[in-house]
Amino acid sequence: METETFEATGDGLVDATGVAAHNPADAAPGLPQLDFSHFGNQIFWLVVTLVVIYLVLSRVALPRIGAILAERQGTITNDIAYAEDLKARAQDAEKAYEKALADARTQAQTIVAEARAEIQADLDEAMKRADSEIAARTAESEKAIADIRAGAMDAVKSVATDTAQALVTAMGSKPDQAAIQAAVETRMKG
Amino acid sequence: MATEAQGEESGGLVFHPMDQFKVEPLFGGDAIAWYTPTNVTLWMGITILAVVVLLILGSSKRAIVPSRGQSIAELAYGFIYKMVEDICGKDGVKYFPYIMTLFMFIVFANFLGLLPMAFTTTSHIAVTALLALAVFFAVTILGFVLNGPAFLGLFWVKEAPLALRPVLALIEVISYFVRPVSHSIRLAGNMMAGHAVIKVFAAFAAIAAISPLSIVAITAMYGLEVLVAFIQAYVFTILTCVYLKDALHPSH
Repeated sequence: METETFEATGDGLVDATGVAAHNPADAAPGLPQLDFSHFGNQIFWLVVTLVVIYLVLSRVALPRIGAILAERQGTITNDIAYAEDLKARAQDAEKAYEKALADARTQAQTIVAEARAEIQADLDEAMKRADSEIAARTAESEKAIADIRAGAMDAVKSVATDTAQALVTAMGSKPDQAAIQAAVETRMKG
Repeated sequence: MATEAQGEESGGLVFHPMDQFKVEPLFGGDAIAWYTPTNVTLWMGITILAVVVLLILGSSKRAIVPSRGQSIAELAYGFIYKMVEDICGKDGVKYFPYIMTLFMFIVFANFLGLLPMAFTTTSHIAVTALLALAVFFAVTILGFVLNGPAFLGLFWVKEAPLALRPVLALIEVISYFVRPVSHSIRLAGNMMAGHAVIKVFAAFAAIAAISPLSIVAITAMYGLEVLVAFIQAYVFTILTCVYLKDALHPSH
């Protein structure tokens, strides 16, 4: 082979660094990159490779990955929208709950007020009834007292009359019924 | 091979860090015609397989809550989609599949190249130059188709003083045509250099006294290369987006 010249120099590094490639006669063992004899081969297979990769990417891989990414974006957007919807619904529910609470509170207050009014009315009526009863009883009692008092007066009168008659009789004279009564009457009035 | 013979001559150390980049026919033979299945074919096939496994098998369940595989697929999709949208604007999104193709190919080729015994397809200038030229021509043609002659306004910096504009135009034109060169060499160079350095360190491991150091160095380089594998794919893709933005909105 052409490398006989190298063996003559005995310097392996000449080959290693590719310096030998500058000598046209030694092109083959120099830098393989500068061996133009297989450029055609490399270019042919490179073109084949690039075309295959391009077809694989543009027909299958890229549309698919693009679709996956778009789908994920869509899913994320949907999920966020759904979450916002849920949040709005939760807020609505909270509002409704608070409204119900307020309603219940006002209703409770009305009920309390009504109950209070009713109780007040009952109470008033009971008071009135009690008052009238008390008044009636009082009148009755006063009447009874008056009766008793009247009775007492009569009793006093009859006792006084009897006493006067007895006194008059004891003093030995004939009691004059009319005069005694008149005297008792006048005395009791005095 | 002759290189091995050299290694034996130079005291047991076997240096052939460039062997990993050799293009070889898969099924024997020496001739490499344009259609011959080679290790390039094998590793590009594995790259396709990896892309399919990640993006198609990974997303096959179409789960709303993604599995790990699907997460990575979605992450890759979102990463590039956002990049295209941020840099090129809304009207750049229709070129997203092309940019995603570039990114997925480069990132998987880079990472698969880090497997031991692997062949790194993106370490070849033939591959990266084709990628860069494809971007360059696509962007240039797209620029003229979308903007007509107004696309040339890209080179005519209106913000600059009139006297400076021709000079700037010349610089802009040169930098425009250097784009595919830097675009392709950056990727291939990074891939090649890192892998070659690992191989050089690996060769030193044959010397017992140095081997622990060599292994530490390989580990460190490997970590760096994992980073570089992603960053170079990212850089290639983001520059493609920047160039595409020029075609879509040529005014500065």
